[in-house]
Amino acid sequence: MNWSSIFSVSLEAIIGSTTIAYALAAIGLNVHFGYTGLLNFGQSAFLGVGAYGIAITVATFSQSLWLGVAIGLAAAVILALLLGIPTLRLRADYLAIVTIAAAEIIRLFYRATDLRKWTGASDGLQSFSQDFYDLNPFAGSKGIDLGLITFTDRELWILVVGWTLVLLSCLVVYLLMSSPWGRVLKAIREDEDAVRSLGKNVFSYKMQSLVLGGVIGALGGFVFALDRAAVQPDTYGTEFTFFAYTIVILGGAARVFGPVVGSMIFWVLLVFIDSTLSEASNNKVFPEWFMTTSQAGSVRYILVGLGLILLLIYRPQGIFGDKREVMLDGR
Amino acid sequence: MDADRAARSRAVEALAGLPCEPGVPKPDPILIADNVVRRFGGLTAVDVKHVEVQRGSITALIGPNGAGKTTFFNLLTGFDAPDEGSWTFNGRSLSGVAAHKVARAGMVRTFQLTKALSKLKVIDNMRLGATGQRGETFWRALLPGTWKQQEAEVTARAEDLLTRFKLIAKKDDFAGSLSGGQRKLLEMARALMVQPEMVMLDEPMAGVNPALTQSLLGHVKQLREDGMTVLFVEHDMDMVHDISDWIIVMGQGGVIAEGTPDKVMADPRVIDAYLGAHHDGAVKTVGGEEVDAGDLEESGGVTLIGAVDELSQDDVPSPPVSGDDDFRKEPA
Ligand SMILES: Nc1ncnc2c1ncn2[C@@H]1O[C@H](COP(=O)(O)OP(=O)(O)OP(=O)(O)O)[C@@H](O)[C@H]1O
Ligand SMILES: [Mg+2]
Repeated sequence: MNWSSIFSVSLEAIIGSTTIAYALAAIGLNVHFGYTGLLNFGQSAFLGVGAYGIAITVATFSQSLWLGVAIGLAAAVILALLLGIPTLRLRADYLAIVTIAAAEIIRLFYRATDLRKWTGASDGLQSFSQDFYDLNPFAGSKGIDLGLITFTDRELWILVVGWTLVLLSCLVVYLLMSSPWGRVLKAIREDEDAVRSLGKNVFSYKMQSLVLGGVIGALGGFVFALDRAAVQPDTYGTEFTFFAYTIVILGGAARVFGPVVGSMIFWVLLVFIDSTLSEASNNKVFPEWFMTTSQAGSVRYILVGLGLILLLIYRPQGIFGDKREVMLDGR
Repeated sequence: MDADRAARSRAVEALAGLPCEPGVPKPDPILIADNVVRRFGGLTAVDVKHVEVQRGSITALIGPNGAGKTTFFNLLTGFDAPDEGSWTFNGRSLSGVAAHKVARAGMVRTFQLTKALSKLKVIDNMRLGATGQRGETFWRALLPGTWKQQEAEVTARAEDLLTRFKLIAKKDDFAGSLSGGQRKLLEMARALMVQPEMVMLDEPMAGVNPALTQSLLGHVKQLREDGMTVLFVEHDMDMVHDISDWIIVMGQGGVIAEGTPDKVMADPRVIDAYLGAHHDGAVKTVGGEEVDAGDLEESGGVTLIGAVDELSQDDVPSPPVSGDDDFRKEPA
């Protein structure tokens, strides 16, 4: 067993670009679900419009990266408005149904063969990230080499940009949630009618929350697309959203850094278990009847699921949550 | 307990000469409702032809369970939409106006089933009530400098109210950790943070212990002295008689009687409405004496009889007997 390779991929996962993209998705979802109580099951769609916003603008229409970024952000705002206007006046569960359906519609839309000219259908789009890597100040350097973990110059650039976005998002969320504006959101999560009776326009606040969380999600989409230098429709499926929910709950809902730490732990566990299992099965550590190489890939989800169940039993408030808050639900 | 009772005498005087009949016009109405109808399927929950609430008075809205009091509150405050009807508040039509705008217009309500915001601290529940907060707009929220000063003022006012409502010791606790009665107090105090012209309280005393009830009554009276109009729903007739200047009686959706407390409580139609809806309920207290334990659920109607009896005897309400409170209906 090659333990040093297992440790190095795991350590890289702690700060890797996937962790960043999921952290941004989860920060946005935390605004929706953790702070406002909005059940958004279509967070993947916000990342999708961000990613495709860049990809289509640059790859299909040969426009600049910055226009792509602007279009991606605008698309996230419009998506939030489209989802919110019909549903935010209704009971909470309607938003859940509409968002999960909308996310699927959008994914199928990217896949549609009739739109191949623009979206690349199921193949997705490539070659839109050149502008981004042209800006790389580390270009041509050797990247960094910390012994166990190494990053190339390209990776280093996306990490710097990605973590900057994560920290900025956290700062914005922190400022907002410690303000009277954030107090209104948290109050809406507890009881909308009470907030209405105090003269606050609940619909408008929910909409602002949906837009904010969606835009932060779109930033995650940028990171995801630029890191891979490709977009593919099926990346932005429901699985993405459920991972993001897992991360929010793991880190502790309604905590500023919860989603960030949640994403780190989630990915480090997933990668560690995955690489350990595949090393083990490559080296025939387990007998064939116990686990084949191809089964190892599924077993990691079983183990991660088990870990999450244990977490929810012994620490229902997540890593950062306040136990007292969770206990209030029982009353 | 009331140092200054000027507002009370003004209200009493203004209402003294009015005929005691449903829909009677008031000298200076703050709220006027016309033909407000709300149906739930075949059931007509509210059908109020005409009703006015005198500015600066404490008006009680009473009636048996299911009479439509809460539904009427919901309609007036924009939490429910009527099938027909219109109403004005301060001369401005509020029919069809969204709940938050009603509150901003100066009419703030509390709920029969308390709505404490459990995972917010008590003090944050209070702060939320303040209107016109600069920090409640998105962009300014990002710049603490723009709202810190106002937040401090809001906090000072909140602490002041919490002290008055004896909740100051709980200010940093989660509202969800309060007892049922404390939540009622918090909700009322929070409504006052809005600085409304009119407060509508749906059973503010339900579940509050008798000792605290007295001080709550004092608070409600103080609201009138502070220039507010109070409309409240209450089943405890001793309390209603003690603090209200005017009583509106609802039965089966409509206003069946109106008048000053003494007259309404002697009105046979009122006694009928209560008894009619509660024939099974044994009379529990007559002149303050317990006669029959009866069905505890029905005490809302029964206390009325007790109160009426007492009235006819000595015309003075007795202080609430602690036992009465145990019988009182919990919010359904
Ligand atoms: N959402 C609803 N759907 C159907 N019926 C309703 C609804 N809300 C109220 N009702 C009915 O309308 C009638 C009036 O109810 P309401 O809650 O206004 O009574 P209330 O006078 O406040 O009674 P209580 O003193 O018990 O609080 C009742 O018969 C009730 O069953
Ligand atoms: Mg009621």
